[in-house]
Amino acid sequence: MQAIYEKPKTLTDAPTHFCPGCGHGIVLRLIAEIIDAWGIRDKTIGLAPVGCSVLAYNYLDIDMCEAAHGRPPAVATGIKRVHPDHIVFTYQGDGDLAAIGTAEIIHAANRGENITFIFVNNAIYGMTNGQMAPTTLLNQKTATTPAGRDALNYGYPIRVCELLAVLDGSSYLERVSLSSPGNIRKTKKALEKGFKTQIEKKGFSLIEILSPCPIYWRMDANEAMKYIDEEMSRTFPLGVVKDWEHKN
Amino acid sequence: MKQLLTGNEAAAEAAILAGCRYYYGYPITPQNELINYMSIRMPEVGGTFIQAESEIAAISMVHGSAAAGGRTMTSSSSPGISLKQEGISYLAGSELPCVIVNIQRGGPGLGDISASQADYFQAVKGGGHGDYHTIVLAPSSAQEMADLVYDAFDLADKYRTPVLILGDAQIGQLVEPVEFRKKSQKILPPKDWALTGAKGRKKNVIKSFYPVKGQLEEFNAHLQKKLKGIEKHEVRYEAVNIHKADVILIAYGTSARICKEVVKKSHQFEFKVGLIRPVTLWPFPKEIIRKMAEKVQCLLTVEMSAGQMVEDVRLAAEGRCPVHFYGRTGGGVPTSLEIIRKIVEIVPDNQAATTLLQLAEVK
Repeated sequence: MQAIYEKPKTLTDAPTHFCPGCGHGIVLRLIAEIIDAWGIRDKTIGLAPVGCSVLAYNYLDIDMCEAAHGRPPAVATGIKRVHPDHIVFTYQGDGDLAAIGTAEIIHAANRGENITFIFVNNAIYGMTNGQMAPTTLLNQKTATTPAGRDALNYGYPIRVCELLAVLDGSSYLERVSLSSPGNIRKTKKALEKGFKTQIEKKGFSLIEILSPCPIYWRMDANEAMKYIDEEMSRTFPLGVVKDWEHKN
Repeated sequence: MKQLLTGNEAAAEAAILAGCRYYYGYPITPQNELINYMSIRMPEVGGTFIQAESEIAAISMVHGSAAAGGRTMTSSSSPGISLKQEGISYLAGSELPCVIVNIQRGGPGLGDISASQADYFQAVKGGGHGDYHTIVLAPSSAQEMADLVYDAFDLADKYRTPVLILGDAQIGQLVEPVEFRKKSQKILPPKDWALTGAKGRKKNVIKSFYPVKGQLEEFNAHLQKKLKGIEKHEVRYEAVNIHKADVILIAYGTSARICKEVVKKSHQFEFKVGLIRPVTLWPFPKEIIRKMAEKVQCLLTVEMSAGQMVEDVRLAAEGRCPVHFYGRTGGGVPTSLEIIRKIVEIVPDNQAATTLLQLAEVK
């Protein structure tokens, strides 16, 4: 009998702590698939942040380091300088990367750190019960924007890829989503491109992944996927924002 | 061969000789000689120098290099060290070895750039959140700065803990002859916990998060046991003329240098002053202070602060004798005359002490 679909070896058997309909499990699986397929488990080191994604080290069977909130880009820099030929990646949420860790990601990009940054954007703080994120959409209701986010009081959603694109140090920036099987395949391709960028020593790569949080969006799983396509993707357009192969 | 160096440069060169190859810093006076020196020397030895975007980033880069198994260091001065406290707590919680140099300046807030010892509480009580201590070493000369930075890396690796060097603007910026020792031959435990890629072994995870009830208490018990071991084995102090002393001064760093002058002067007279100079501020030399508290009229703690270490001296003395305090703040440095005046004040009926003061004032 031929196996056509199985659990990647790099994915552990730890029971998931993610909520129903959450996108994190999909992204972690894609990472594990790439590590398996490329045979790079022995030389890959991951960074887990603070937030829902902190327990990434329970699910991935690779060397991993936890960082303080927002600090994975700086901690990853310290690791990469010790092991310049290893593949180092961070796995960060929107609060971690685009609020408390804004300085760290901007300066890692500005130094052109040869690291792959995986940025899971679900436009909300899931871990702390659904408060506003820097990427929360205008009019989106959260625990701390009960009447919806209005720009006057709360500012605008931050477009991280576009923000980093203006820095000379960034090499590859792409925004993808998990809203459909087709988009998940594109997400995997983007992650592969990110790791390839690092292996070929082309510098800073960041893949922003629009990911559902149905529990704190107060939606069912189908509505959440629709919300990504119809609402989130309008504020955060999908596609390659910067590519070292065709620098734009 | 002796070289003339600032305390800051001595710290940097000693770190390099101790095998530190990953330095991350952010400029701040009065420790700039250190970061400047590293920017030249690290590339020469094939090491990494990064001027980080912030103190927080610098200590986080230290976190990364320590987790990856490298010998790593950062340095700063008081306001910068406050910013690093988040990282220091995570390093302690993740049991990562590293060396942090604090060349103290006056506070609170932006304060000033002159010498101060007002970060004592922050240094010895943990500094960041949670139950932990870092080892705290207090040099009082450029030579001792070199020696202690050297030892700091071994202590950090031996106990998997951050080690803090607590200097001040005077110790960092004075210029003295320094001789560097050869590399230590101490056998240190292998870093089999480090992140090197999980080749032929189970994965390593460096973390300080224990969300499952009971696990964190278990980890803390382990951490406290380790700290107790450090308290038992790593106390260091210098004792000067303590055994026939009427009064013993307790001081570290720059203050201790001035107290040594008082000790020297007092020994020209019948009235004897001794000095206990803690070299490790944590673990604190409690035993010797407790022992001597039984024998002297009183203890006098001298600090460049409003009175911080004096609390630990009182805890160590356990009421066996009065513990007095003399301090200057905000960049003020106690003079030997001020200290002698204080001694006369706390032992008022002693004719010899008064004579000492009269002679000191004439000089």
